[in-house]
Amino acid sequence: MRINRGIKDLAFAALTAAGAFSIVVFVVGIVAVLVGNSAEAIRTFGPGFIVSDVWDPAHQKFGAAASLYGSFITATLALLMAVPVSLGIAIFVTEIAPGFLRGPFGSAIELLAAIPSIIYGMWGLFTLAPIMSQIIEPALQQSIGSFPIVGALFSGATRGVDLFTASVILSIMITPFVASIARDAFLLTPPEVKESAYAVGATQWEVVRDVVVPYSKFGVFGGVVIALGRALGETMAVAFVLGNKHWITLSLFEAASTITVTLANEFNEADSDLYLSSLFFLALLLFAFSFLTLAAARLLISRSRQRRGEK
Amino acid sequence: MVGLRKRKVVNVAALTLSSLAALLGVFWLIFILADVLRHGVAAIHWDLFANDPAPAGITGGGLRNAFVGQLLITLAATVIGVPLGVLGGTFLAEYGRGTRFARAVSVLSDLMIGVPSIVIGAVVYAVLVKPLGHFSGWAGAVALAVIMIPVILRTTENMLALVPWTLREAAFALGAPYYRVIVQVVYRGAATGILTGILLSISRVAGETAPLLFTSFNNNFYSTDMSAPMASLTVSIFQYATGPYEDWHQQAWAASLIISLVILLITVVGRLYIKMRGQK
Repeated sequence: MRINRGIKDLAFAALTAAGAFSIVVFVVGIVAVLVGNSAEAIRTFGPGFIVSDVWDPAHQKFGAAASLYGSFITATLALLMAVPVSLGIAIFVTEIAPGFLRGPFGSAIELLAAIPSIIYGMWGLFTLAPIMSQIIEPALQQSIGSFPIVGALFSGATRGVDLFTASVILSIMITPFVASIARDAFLLTPPEVKESAYAVGATQWEVVRDVVVPYSKFGVFGGVVIALGRALGETMAVAFVLGNKHWITLSLFEAASTITVTLANEFNEADSDLYLSSLFFLALLLFAFSFLTLAAARLLISRSRQRRGEK
Repeated sequence: MVGLRKRKVVNVAALTLSSLAALLGVFWLIFILADVLRHGVAAIHWDLFANDPAPAGITGGGLRNAFVGQLLITLAATVIGVPLGVLGGTFLAEYGRGTRFARAVSVLSDLMIGVPSIVIGAVVYAVLVKPLGHFSGWAGAVALAVIMIPVILRTTENMLALVPWTLREAAFALGAPYYRVIVQVVYRGAATGILTGILLSISRVAGETAPLLFTSFNNNFYSTDMSAPMASLTVSIFQYATGPYEDWHQQAWAASLIISLVILLITVVGRLYIKMRGQK
């Protein structure tokens, strides 16, 4: 096939290439700007920044550990709550629901992902936090709060503005991501393999557990990792219900901070170069972490598709 | 046959739990939407659209400045983001199809889609706010555009890839140069799909708050000057909801309701369309 390449065609090709190249510029630019602006904090604190839990603007001492801890705890708790529910949803939508319910249920779950995070935050502050502080958290305290060791997790006054409430909101927000990726992964299981399991007398649950889940584990795991990235990067929903307290606390019923909450609350207040530079250092850590988790998730998901291709 | 009974019980239990999980998901959706609707409807009032904010502590006032600011910032982001995204997607699906560069850009934009938006806000702050010395509507628009571009780019690429290659060959056979084939044949075939992608990307950035906190910031006064700090609905919701006044909370609920309805409407229409197209 001969393509008539005139000067206009070359110009249009160059224009489109420039559009595609803008993505490269953005990624390189983001890295360069973050590294450049956090240089002062990197020079001053070095790698110790990551393990220090001091955050004291008055004395110009900054460390990321408290924010990292908050991000890690909320994201992990959110995953612990969201993954079982999401897998249940995916199983329901792919295996159990009658045909006419699959579409509506799937879409309803996906709409959860479309609600802006500021709405989650507002709802969390005015509706969920009071429910948590008056009903759910006292109930948890009374039932398991007196156990040794575990009890420490549920100690303190129940204010509802704490790590636990933030994790619950995050878990609702990431459920649609895990559920829709798990659903897609489940659907990749060849029907012949499932049918052969039914043919030897397996129950529906045994087919899911022994055939569908092992078959799609890479894809599901990829979805979990993507959700982890989302939970770490989520800002507004957490900013409303976490308070902003830089410390490492064992109790889940205490206010805390995450990287994103620190950025959202303090960026405009940073009154010294070192303060601002430390905040950029936090942003750099967050960027690096979410970029790596996403890359890992992509690899896992593409591997699950490849497996399907091989068969 | 005890084993069989046990297996059946386990089966029913597991399937019940899965169904309950699905109900839980729908429960959250209805809970959140009903709550926003309940609080929001009660607070919607003509003043909300017609008046600017009253001084702090005084009841009354509205969010006219925030509605206008939100529209302007989103519009400017669309004007910046759409051409770049569509052109980039065109390159990936047409000129660059299958090349290593195109594949790399595809992967990079997927990763970009997942970058926390607050990080993009911080970067735009460093590039456009700090050197110029003031917040501005433009900085907010650029931050939103950077979030939009990878989304538009990927949907454009996917939609163009759905246009059958034979259609292009038919146009080539008439002697048309490639750019004419793309503009007059390929774009036409994928137009609604690309438009849907653009709509979905707008709905994605319309609810963004974090990147606006450091870029367009806020402005208590009505302003259409994009080079000055500018109010937006989302930042106003954040400020009002965390503020001390009941009147502010009401207005935040009303703004939340409007923004949720607009975003959900766009999302539902966009997704329905993409689903229909996928089934063809």
